[in-house]
Amino acid sequence: MGFGRYVLQRLLLVIPTLFGVTLIAFTLTYLLPGNPALVKAGALATPEHVAEIERRMGLDRPVPVQYWRYVTGLLRGDLGESSSTGRPVLEDFRQRIPATLELTLASLIVAVAIGIPFGVLSAVHRDTVLDHLSRLLGVGGVAMPSFWTGLLLLYVFFYLLGVAPAPLGRIAADVTPPTRILGLYVVDALLTANGTALVSSLHHLMLPALTLGFAVMAPLTRMVRATMLEILESDYVTAAWAAGLPRRRVIYGDALRNALIPVITLLGVIFGFLMAGNVVVEMVFAWPGLGHYAVTSLMTKDPGPIQSFVLFVAVMYVLVNLGVDLLYGLADPRIRLR
Amino acid sequence: MTDLLEVRDLTVHFDTEAGLVEAVDGVTFNVRSGEILGVVGESGSGKSVTALALLRLIRPPGRIVQGAVRFEGTDLVGLSEDEMRAVRGTRIAMVFQSPRTALNPVLTVGRQISRLFELHQGASRAEGRTRTIGMLKLVGISEPERRARQYAHQLSGGMCQRVMIAMALATSPRLLLADEPTTGLDVSIAAQILELLRDLGRRTGASILLITHDLGVVAEVCDRVAVMHAGQIVEVGAVRAIFARPLHPYTQALVRSIPRIDRDVTMEPIPGMVPSLLAPPPGCRYADRCPRVLDVCRRDRPAPRAAAPDQEVACHAAEVEDAPARG
Ligand SMILES: Nc1ncnc2c1ncn2[C@@H]1O[C@H](COP(=O)(O)OP(=O)(O)O)[C@@H](O)[C@H]1O
Ligand SMILES: [Mg+2]
Repeated sequence: MGFGRYVLQRLLLVIPTLFGVTLIAFTLTYLLPGNPALVKAGALATPEHVAEIERRMGLDRPVPVQYWRYVTGLLRGDLGESSSTGRPVLEDFRQRIPATLELTLASLIVAVAIGIPFGVLSAVHRDTVLDHLSRLLGVGGVAMPSFWTGLLLLYVFFYLLGVAPAPLGRIAADVTPPTRILGLYVVDALLTANGTALVSSLHHLMLPALTLGFAVMAPLTRMVRATMLEILESDYVTAAWAAGLPRRRVIYGDALRNALIPVITLLGVIFGFLMAGNVVVEMVFAWPGLGHYAVTSLMTKDPGPIQSFVLFVAVMYVLVNLGVDLLYGLADPRIRLR
Repeated sequence: MTDLLEVRDLTVHFDTEAGLVEAVDGVTFNVRSGEILGVVGESGSGKSVTALALLRLIRPPGRIVQGAVRFEGTDLVGLSEDEMRAVRGTRIAMVFQSPRTALNPVLTVGRQISRLFELHQGASRAEGRTRTIGMLKLVGISEPERRARQYAHQLSGGMCQRVMIAMALATSPRLLLADEPTTGLDVSIAAQILELLRDLGRRTGASILLITHDLGVVAEVCDRVAVMHAGQIVEVGAVRAIFARPLHPYTQALVRSIPRIDRDVTMEPIPGMVPSLLAPPPGCRYADRCPRVLDVCRRDRPAPRAAAPDQEVACHAAEVEDAPARG
C-alpha cells in the first residue's frame, strides 16, 4: 500500500467522524433543558410572542430539518451569537483561537525541549541521580496544580525578581499588537519584523508557557524513558554498537528516532488537552484565549459560545488524530509501506 | 596457521536480582587465521554472551569479570571505549540471530550499509551508495538498487540475513562473529546462507566464529569446533577428530543426538537440562547429567587436557592417556 492511499484512507475516515460529532453536539443542544425561544423572548412575553420566535428560529420544524439547518449553518460559518459580547460566536473564536494556539504551541515546545532530553538521559543513565531527579521533576509537574505553579512563578519572577511582566494578557498595554497574519503574536511579529512586539509578546508568553509545559512534561519524559530503555536493549541497537557506530549516533540516531514514533501519539493528546483544557492558566494570566472565553460564557450562561466550544473541542480532537495518523505514516515506514 | 584471536579464561557474570548468573566461566579457545570455528551448545549455554563479550558489548548488569581477548596481538579487554569502537565493525563484525530485528526498522537497508562506508572508510555519500550496491550483489541479492531502497519489513528473512552479512563484511573485517545466522530460516535458505558465509570467508580470508546449536551445521562448514556447556567449553578440536572420537560425555551425547539417515541408530535426546547458572556448584557442571560421573567430578572442576594433536577435553572421566594409540 502506498503512502497516497494511506493518506486518502485517513482523510475519508474523518468525514463520518465529523458527521457523528455534529450529530452529538446537536443532540446535546436539543436535549438541554430550557427553551431557547423563551430565553430570547424574556420572562414577560406572551405565549403568542414565544410561538412567533419559535417559528422564526425554526424550532417548530421536524428534528431532521432542524439538524439540516444546523449543519448547513455550521458549513456557512454560522455558530450563533454570543449574548454577552453581542457578536457572532465565529468572530469571537477567530480572535481567541490564535491566543490559545500560541500558548499551546509554546507550552508544547517547553515540554518537548525539556521533557524529551530528560527522558533520553534518564534511560541512558538509568538509576543514577539524574534519573531520580527527572522522576522527581515529573512527579512535581503532575502533583502541582497548574494554578499553583502559575502563581508561584508569578510570585518569584514578577513580584520578587521583577523580570516577568504583570499577568495581563499577551502583550504590554503600551505596545501595539503586530499586524495580523496568523494571529500568533510571536509569529506575526517575526514575519513583519516588528522587534518591539516580538520582545513584548515573548515576555508575556514566558511564564504561562512554562506553567503549562511543566504540567504536561511528565508523561512525555516517562514515555521517552520507557521506550528508550526498551529500544536500547533491541537487536538493532546492539547491531549498531557492533558495527562501530559512535555513541551519539547510536543513541540519538538509531535509538531515539525509533523511540519518538510512539511519542507522536502522546504529543497529539497533549496538544488536544492544552487547546481544550488550559482554562485555569488562561484565568491566572488573563490570557484572552478560548478557555477564558468558555469560562466567562459559562458564568454568564451564554449558550451559543458554550455549544460552539464543545463542538470546537470535538472537531479539534478529530483533526489532531488525523494529524497524528499522517505523522505516523511519515515517521514509520512499516505503516507507510505495508 | 597463526592465531587471529586468543581467548583466555574469559568470564562474564550478570548481577541479577535473583543472584549472580555465571553465564560464561573461564572460557579459553583460539581462532586461527582464515578458519571457521564452530561454537556449539544447547540454548542457554553462553554462546551469545561469549560473542558479545568479544566485542565488549556486555551491558549492565553483566560484566567481564576476568580474562583476556587477544586479537591481532592486542588485548581487547584492556582497550579504552574509543579504541574498542575502532575495532568494532572494521576488524571484528557480527551477524545476529534474528536478521529482521537486527536491522533498524526506520532506515532503508541500503542506508544501513552505506553509512558504514562513510563512517569507517571516509567514503562520500555517492561512493557509499555505489559500494553498497556492490556489496548487496556480492551477497547474492538480485535487483540490488531496488532492494537498497527498501526497509527490513519489506524483505524476506533470508534476504535480511544476506543484508546483515553485507553489513558485517562491508568494511572487510578479519573476524566475523555469526550468532546462529540460520536459525528461523527455511532449510534450503539456511543452506544457502551457510554456503555464502563459507564462500565469502574463503574469498576474503576472514576467520569466522560460527555459533550454532546444530552439530550438523558444524559438520558441514566448520574446520574446528568448540563444544560449550553451561558457560564452559568442555571440548575443542578439529571437526573430523571430534566427530570420529568425541571424548567428553556431553559431546558424545550431542553427536548421538544428530539425526542420521546413513546409520541405523535412533537419535537420542540429551538427558537433563542445562543446569542453572545461578551460583553453580563447584566441580563439573555436567556432573548431574553425566552417565559416567565420578566422585571427583563433583569436587574439582576438570581442567582441559590435550587428548590428540588437535583435540582438548575437560573431563575427569575421559580416557585421554591412551588416546593417541587408538586414534
Ligand atoms: N542480560 C542478561 N541478564 C541476565 N542473564 C543473562 C543476560 N543475558 C544472558 N544471560 C544469561 O546468560 C546465559 C547464557 O545466555 P546466552 O549466551 O544467550 O545463551 P545461548 O546463546 O548459548 O543460547 C543464560 O543463562 C542467560 O540467562
Ligand atoms: Mg544465543
